[in-house]
Amino acid sequence: MKIETVTGRMVVVRGADIDTDRIMPARFLKVISFEGLEAHLFADDRVEARGQGGVHPFDRPDAAGASILIAGPNFGCGSSREHAPQALRRWGIGAIVAASFAEIFAGNATAIGLVCATVSAEDLDALMAHAERDPPLQVTVDLAQLVVRSGPEWQMSIGMPSATRHALTSGEWDATELLLADYDEVSRVEARLPYLRATSRNA
Amino acid sequence: MAGTLFDKVWDAHHVRTLPNGQTQLYVGLHLMHEVTSPQAFDMLHARGWTVRAPHRTFATLDHIVPTQAQQRPFADQMAEAMTAALERNCRRHGIPLFGLDSGLQGIVHVVGPELGLTQPGMTIACGDSHTSTHGAFGALAFGIGTSQVRDVLASQSVALSRLLVRRIDVQGRLLQGVTAKDVILSIIRQLGVQGGAGFAYEYGGTVLDAMSMDERMTICNMSIEGGARIGYVNPDDTTVEFLRGRRFAPSGEREFDEAAERWRRLASDAGARYDDRVGIQGEAIAPTVTWGIHPGQSIAIDERLPDPAAVSAGERAGIEDALTFMKFTPGMPLTGTRVHVAFIGSCTNGRLSDLREAASVVRGQHVASHVRALVVPGSQQVRAAAEAEGLHEIFLEAGFEWRGAGCSMCLAMNNDRLVGDELCASSSNRNFKGRQGSPTGRTLLMSPAMVAAAAVAGEVVDIRTVAQGTPTGAAR
Repeated sequence: MKIETVTGRMVVVRGADIDTDRIMPARFLKVISFEGLEAHLFADDRVEARGQGGVHPFDRPDAAGASILIAGPNFGCGSSREHAPQALRRWGIGAIVAASFAEIFAGNATAIGLVCATVSAEDLDALMAHAERDPPLQVTVDLAQLVVRSGPEWQMSIGMPSATRHALTSGEWDATELLLADYDEVSRVEARLPYLRATSRNA
Repeated sequence: MAGTLFDKVWDAHHVRTLPNGQTQLYVGLHLMHEVTSPQAFDMLHARGWTVRAPHRTFATLDHIVPTQAQQRPFADQMAEAMTAALERNCRRHGIPLFGLDSGLQGIVHVVGPELGLTQPGMTIACGDSHTSTHGAFGALAFGIGTSQVRDVLASQSVALSRLLVRRIDVQGRLLQGVTAKDVILSIIRQLGVQGGAGFAYEYGGTVLDAMSMDERMTICNMSIEGGARIGYVNPDDTTVEFLRGRRFAPSGEREFDEAAERWRRLASDAGARYDDRVGIQGEAIAPTVTWGIHPGQSIAIDERLPDPAAVSAGERAGIEDALTFMKFTPGMPLTGTRVHVAFIGSCTNGRLSDLREAASVVRGQHVASHVRALVVPGSQQVRAAAEAEGLHEIFLEAGFEWRGAGCSMCLAMNNDRLVGDELCASSSNRNFKGRQGSPTGRTLLMSPAMVAAAAVAGEVVDIRTVAQGTPTGAAR
């Protein structure tokens, strides 16, 4: 499936270095499928926010149905658990626009067709302000134009590694078919690696 | 042309350039555990594919393994289901599994090296971010997600973008009481938790040259905490001697010597170009402890906590959030802070030398009465070797619990976890909110010796002020 745009309402999770333990605490990884994980998104942060008399963005009534997550720098750092982007995707998030991403998280997200795009620090502040406006705005993350925009009102540039953009817009973000396409070439690399010849005797 | 180890290993495993510009990279060794693999096998089966290279795939159980009461079926039904799923998948595809009855089970990043599976010049993938550990051997080792585990199972390759290489030289020497853990915590503090994004870290310099493989693994392990997916050390005599005689190392003297020759040639060439270079002086590193909610929030043990009022507005919110969560006040020292739990273990510091270091601190001492202290060896082999040296007796006499091998309280997927807002002195790698199993639990990352000293004192202490016995066991 080619992914060229993601349109919807925004939900904002503020703060830097939101790690994957916070997105999906480890106790919820005791599963053998990804189904239903979305119920546990930010589980502990949501309780913490309530304890402080506040409301976590994912608990706000207007968050339901949002499809674009706005976040700060280094979003998704820490563990490689794909459970985190899987849960976001299953909750309904189709794109994350953040100041920056941790590398493994961004790779995991792309592999399931969840768009990760970056904006500058100044634009992030403006975007968060837009996102928290009432009534909620409908915005589009546009991978062809590399912008996030709301109708004719405003737009700002987004960034994305060219490889990621190509994978999403060409529909080749699920890489397995591509990797299986040239089986013989894999065998040729395999055959010339000295350590495979050496270890095959022990296998 | 002069090249880095990264260049040589990457190029040797390059299959082809994919349409999006990424590299299809051959994976020479695929390591697995029970948490990130079941969904990958399901995806594989749903598409009617099989495992391309079961002989280059090895599995063990670590994350959910109970470290007490290990008889099957496990009391925890979900842990049992995950274990059964891995056993079933390995049996179906002929993948070797180092299970609880093998004598070889343990944390995947401890098991791979100690069996000699991990070798210089390999590409190593595992559904676990701490796969960077294996870089200590001069391998390119990186964590992947479950969809990529599927990719590796099906094709023995992954789609990856080439990384830049940052050379980090740690020169001079380390002062007494300063360990590999302090070195990597200092590096992360200096370069930031995101500083390594897009980079592989090549660690070198006289301090790394002098380090054992265990110490190099501690450094490479936490590369990901600095944002670098890959960290490595060039192979040398220390690497070669570590691997000699290991189960999966080349057998036969001639084969081994040939391999060793090849391994040495993989080291970055003298004139290699780096995309960035950083120099750190070993003597400037002090025992380092985290105070906050990510591994970059640390201080030298004789420093005081930061004051949010004294930093830029950009940094303030993060520091305030961390101080609030940790229930700490600006400007306070960490020494003298009461701890409730002491955890020695994990893929960062759960190897034999770590247990020796901790045992040398607690020998003849006793854990403070208010502290719950546990030692969780990184593998069954580490546990057996420690027992052969009598380390378990030192720990048990001192009031530590002596457990079976696993990830345990590093991420608390088994029964080992913090309760309420307990403060834990921990030799693990992450101090994220809720990481050790209680949403309000608090973690202070430090070296195993510092954890041991904190367990005895009942509070955070500066290891340099503690009379330390001679290291137990074999000479280092």
